[in-house]
Amino acid sequence: MRFRRARSRASRRPTTVLLALAVALLGSACVPGTDGSGMGTGANGTATAVPDPAKAGEVTLRVWDQEVRGGQNAEIKRLNREFEEKYPNVTIKRVSRSFSDLKTTLKLALSGNDPPDVVQANQGYADMVAFAKAGLLTPLDNYAGLYGWNTRYPKTLLDLNRVSADGERFGTGRLYGISQAGEYVGVYYNRQVLREAGVEPPRTWKDFTRSLGELKDAGELPVQFGNLDKYPAIHTFGVLQSQAGSAEDIRDTVLGRGGGFEDAPTREAARTLADWVERGYLPQGANGRGYDDAAKKFAGGDGAYLVTGTWQLADLKRTMGDKLGFMPPPPAKAGDPLKTTGGQGLAWSVTSRSDHPDVAAAYLDFLTGPHASEVMTQEGVLPVVPGKAADRLPEGSAEARMVEGWERLSADDGLVPYLDYATPTYYDTLSADLQNLIEGGLPPDRLAQRMQSAYAEFRDQRSGEGAQ
Amino acid sequence: MRARQAVGDLAARYRRPPGAPRAVAYLYILPALAVYALFLLFPLGQTVWLSLLHWDGLSAASWAGLENYRDLLTDPALRAPFGHALVLLLFYAGLPVVLGLLLAAVLTRFRVRGMTFFRTVFFLPQVLAMVVVGVTWRSILAPDGLLNDLLRAVGADSLTRSWLGDPTWALPSVGVVGTWVMTGLCVVLFLAGVQRIPRELYEAARVDGAGAVREFRTVTLPGLRGETAVALTLTIVAGLRNFDLIYITTSGGPGNATSVPAYEVYRRAFEINSAGSAAAMGVGLTVLIFTLTVVVARLVEGRKS
Repeated sequence: MRFRRARSRASRRPTTVLLALAVALLGSACVPGTDGSGMGTGANGTATAVPDPAKAGEVTLRVWDQEVRGGQNAEIKRLNREFEEKYPNVTIKRVSRSFSDLKTTLKLALSGNDPPDVVQANQGYADMVAFAKAGLLTPLDNYAGLYGWNTRYPKTLLDLNRVSADGERFGTGRLYGISQAGEYVGVYYNRQVLREAGVEPPRTWKDFTRSLGELKDAGELPVQFGNLDKYPAIHTFGVLQSQAGSAEDIRDTVLGRGGGFEDAPTREAARTLADWVERGYLPQGANGRGYDDAAKKFAGGDGAYLVTGTWQLADLKRTMGDKLGFMPPPPAKAGDPLKTTGGQGLAWSVTSRSDHPDVAAAYLDFLTGPHASEVMTQEGVLPVVPGKAADRLPEGSAEARMVEGWERLSADDGLVPYLDYATPTYYDTLSADLQNLIEGGLPPDRLAQRMQSAYAEFRDQRSGEGAQ
Repeated sequence: MRARQAVGDLAARYRRPPGAPRAVAYLYILPALAVYALFLLFPLGQTVWLSLLHWDGLSAASWAGLENYRDLLTDPALRAPFGHALVLLLFYAGLPVVLGLLLAAVLTRFRVRGMTFFRTVFFLPQVLAMVVVGVTWRSILAPDGLLNDLLRAVGADSLTRSWLGDPTWALPSVGVVGTWVMTGLCVVLFLAGVQRIPRELYEAARVDGAGAVREFRTVTLPGLRGETAVALTLTIVAGLRNFDLIYITTSGGPGNATSVPAYEVYRRAFEINSAGSAAAMGVGLTVLIFTLTVVVARLVEGRKS
């Protein structure tokens, strides 16, 4: 009897569920983003003279950053303390999360009612452009003028933190942030492995590619590489592409104003990468090896070269000591301009709902000034504008080569932004395609075609939206 | 006398079935319902609402109608994750239940010394955080990880491969991890269930001359019907909402060979700013889980409306 009752009730359950759903749906039915909660004024900073934080009264500056790794964390901690000492009325409340954690929580925090004052925003369409378009960040052009950021920084780098007024493209328009650290993809080498194989550290790109074969013949793994995490291949490919083409052309394409990806340099880079796999210059099954594992193996003597970013230098140096060598990807001819994939760390931005934009701007200036560069160099971090401390680095050491390379790259205007800036979904499509290329499932010539079609589709969509 | 009557009245009042009259019953469930509605029904409704919009998570949303759902059905890039999830179900639900039944049957038929020890060993993967499991297996399945070392040690060099990097093998490799995790749960569930089956049934079967297989089919299997349904429901749900393992081992790669709906929801909502499409996928996943659990309840447990 009890069972029967239970059943008869069960048959009514779907109606109840539907009813509950309908109620819930009604309760939550409002168009997100239209209640004005996320909208800042979008107005430019109002300061007319260099702000003086000392006169701002008691201020708590809330800062969200992602500098959690050794050197970066130490450097920010030191600078925060010094800023507080300089302005005793200012208290910095810092929240630091790893890059991917910050990326996911930042969007929620920014669109809330009480966002932090200063945040680190990732360049590109998915983050900085979306934030700027929604009016969540304060344009900094006014402060840039007051503090002289425009002259202190290489234009190419400052431009990466710009978003156009209509929020449709980046690399041009209003300034929404300023970066502290520089980074680029270079070539690490193991001096011992090269010496044992009788190979000199290459001076030109041709030397480098020739040495791969020699190392292979000597029984060494030429280039250590792990691509399980999907993104490392974008960096390797970026280096190959910039070697095959011109830095300016690729940069224009990434920023949405160039000739696109279906060109000779892109095809050549794809063929080179496939060729490296085929000849065994890259380890077998690289798609199944983690990025950190590859770095560890390289540090342990497995592999002559490792092509990756300057962010790895401090960690590699700790395990390898003087065996570690570093160079920017060598030029076509000795003395030619350098070019490689690279850019800058995440931009430090001021949110549009901050109560203390002037103090926040002063903090940004402090974090990126000459004194900060000194502190960063001491902590093993590459500053966008290297300070005098860089001159004291040991001659010929990996760190010194890193800083020299950075200065040359800036002077040669040879930095190509990360290819995944090109569209919001490029990180996924390109990293997936490169994994397939490395595994042999995607013919090299198809890669350029696929890159171009995804890119063109996004550009069409953007211009369509802009026209409305 | 009077006191006696008062006690009688009190008893009469409590003789009523619990929850009658109806209004009182609703009062009982009200607190739980309020919490359920606030934290489950409301967000669910919100998700359904979001799935009808185009929204980047920040700026004003625009009406999409059923477009997100149409994409879900027509776009191969959105359909593929569901296909992968169904393949994974084989490893997450199918294999563990079959293995669990076999192990439970064997372990009860033969006296095994240190039963508690084995039960603990089988159940251990369930206790570990999925993140730990993911990191461990990622290193086991690496090109020069434990598995390949083992294969090389026994001379099976031709079988070694980059398990998580090979488009054909990545999905089964991740699936095997699921089997490893879920089998323990099934074994423990079934072992507990077997103890509930009356001994007499086994004795009767034996008197009738049933062998091990026959005994399994006529006594153990029907006796474990309820447990099988529970095990299937739990493993299917776990298999379909699998996110952490994929996130840690392959991030959906190589290419998109191991992307699953739950991972895709995260990626779309937080990485590529398509909240509407993510919500539609989430709703699709909810419907799929709901359907499969109802099917299991009907078919395996034998519930009918």
